[in-house]
Amino acid sequence: MALTGLFLCTFLVGHLLGNLQLILKTGEEGRRAFNEYAYFMSHNPAIKILSWVTYISILFHAIDGILLTIQNKKARPIPYARNNPSKNSSTPARYMAVLGTLVLVFIATHMANFWYKMKISEEVPMHSFIVSVPDQSGQIQNQEFYYTHNLQLIPKDDNFSVKNGTDLYMSKMNIKIGEGYRDLHTVVMQFFSKDNDSALFAVLFYVLSMFVLSFHLWHGFASAFQSLGLNHKKYNAAIGYIGKGFAIVVPLLFAIIPIIIYLK
Amino acid sequence: MAAKSINITLKIWRQKNANTKGALETYSLNEVSTDSSFLEMLDQLNEQLINERKEPIAFDHDCREGICGMCSLYINGRAHGPETGTTTCQLHMRMFSDGDTIYVEPWRSRAFPIVKDLVVDRSAFDRIQQAGGFVSVNTSGNTMDANSLPIPKDDADKAFEAAACIGCGACVASCKNGSAMLFVGAKVSQYALLPQGKVEARDRVLNMVRQMDEEGFGNCTNTGACEVECPKGISLENIARMNREFLKAGLSSEK
Ligand code: HEM
Ligand code: SF4
Ligand code: FES
Repeated sequence: MALTGLFLCTFLVGHLLGNLQLILKTGEEGRRAFNEYAYFMSHNPAIKILSWVTYISILFHAIDGILLTIQNKKARPIPYARNNPSKNSSTPARYMAVLGTLVLVFIATHMANFWYKMKISEEVPMHSFIVSVPDQSGQIQNQEFYYTHNLQLIPKDDNFSVKNGTDLYMSKMNIKIGEGYRDLHTVVMQFFSKDNDSALFAVLFYVLSMFVLSFHLWHGFASAFQSLGLNHKKYNAAIGYIGKGFAIVVPLLFAIIPIIIYLK
Repeated sequence: MAAKSINITLKIWRQKNANTKGALETYSLNEVSTDSSFLEMLDQLNEQLINERKEPIAFDHDCREGICGMCSLYINGRAHGPETGTTTCQLHMRMFSDGDTIYVEPWRSRAFPIVKDLVVDRSAFDRIQQAGGFVSVNTSGNTMDANSLPIPKDDADKAFEAAACIGCGACVASCKNGSAMLFVGAKVSQYALLPQGKVEARDRVLNMVRQMDEEGFGNCTNTGACEVECPKGISLENIARMNREFLKAGLSSEK
């Protein structure tokens, strides 16, 4: 519980740094930075291993948490007629299983919205953009280009075709000449943009989920250290402050990203 | 200060024995001196019940001075009542006001079955203690004087603080998970901190934790309720120490 919980905390930091690319850079540069990051996350072998560790951690943490909660409920078959637990413990500490389950619901919808489209159904279109170039007669023509991994611009026309999702081939010779990026950036931007009718709901759900995560971490962060046996006069105050700071700052930064996209 | 008296309503758990279903019964009790202790108030109620030819309420008590750990009552939603750092026998009726309704329930834990009314069977604690809460001493006649072993003052103090646990079970009663980790943490710590306890440290923590789980106590999720409600101020540090001992023993033990 503690090891998976703390691992998931480090995962949150990594995920947050990636997401911040969505708002720190704007325009074509931001789109490229985020899509390159998304490519790196799905292709780098070390990250692939890390992402499997993350899936397993979430599963293990959730299953272990639910089993613990079931056992703990059994330990008191008859409840008190009158109970006053707010006098001896914090509210988030008493609702960890509820908070965790809500986080799990969020993770499931979040993965359906982005991860599933990116990795399984491959609905995310290729990253392409339009460049205005003069043709032989000097007329300005709009030409759409793919932007590839080996820094080429490949025109989106009949001479080239896309295979396996992102591989670019010369149509006639069947030779692979580059690999494009998926445009997850545009999918995310549209998802949370106010031009999209369901975006308001999506933003609200996201922000609410971050509140839930915040409460989960409010208790969870410091709790993990106690579980691992780290309780020491010298460090308790620091762990407490860092835990509460983490529980506020990380979900807050996650939450402002969709808000900014929506308001743009 | 002049003694005052108050009139109160009590809602008390009545249950014939372990196999019957119990229920809360309501009683009115008048002219309770605010100087009386909570247990004296229950004595007064029992006298009233006996005079009415009704069955008196069974509740546990022994020393009535906060050292035996018997007076296990869950009062108005808290173990040993509204005060912290006290047992029920140390709670006084001046903590209540005229006209109050007071709920009195037994400890609620699968591992502490109800014997009758407010009396629960806390022998699960004894069995945990028997599983490892001791040091084996050779009584061959040339036993070493305990004081001949140097012990750092801080460690001795911490061991002493842990040993202050009276086994009352308030930690289990107030924990939302019904976990006994504070009790077991204290019992593991009082030996783990001392050289005499080091010899059997590995088996002790493994055996006591195994017994704790077998008794049906819940798992600790660090809510901290136990530390707040413990009449002896046993610290969560003891749970962390037990967790360390357990990790260490689990990694190195060959069993
Ligand atoms: C990004 C997601 C998550 C993070 C960062 C996280 C983090 C943590 C941490 C650090 C703890 C404290 C562990 C300890 O005290 O030993 C914890 C406890 C807990 N978590 Fe999570 N968690 C997450 C998701 C979930 C999910 C999806 C569930 C699903 C049910 C869940 C259920 C629980 C439960 C029941 C506890 C209480 C057990 C305890 O306090 O020991 N968590 N979490
Ligand atoms: S740790 Fe405190 S509350 Fe628990 S049994 Fe010992 S004295 Fe009672
Ligand atoms: S009766 Fe002994 S501690 Fe209360």
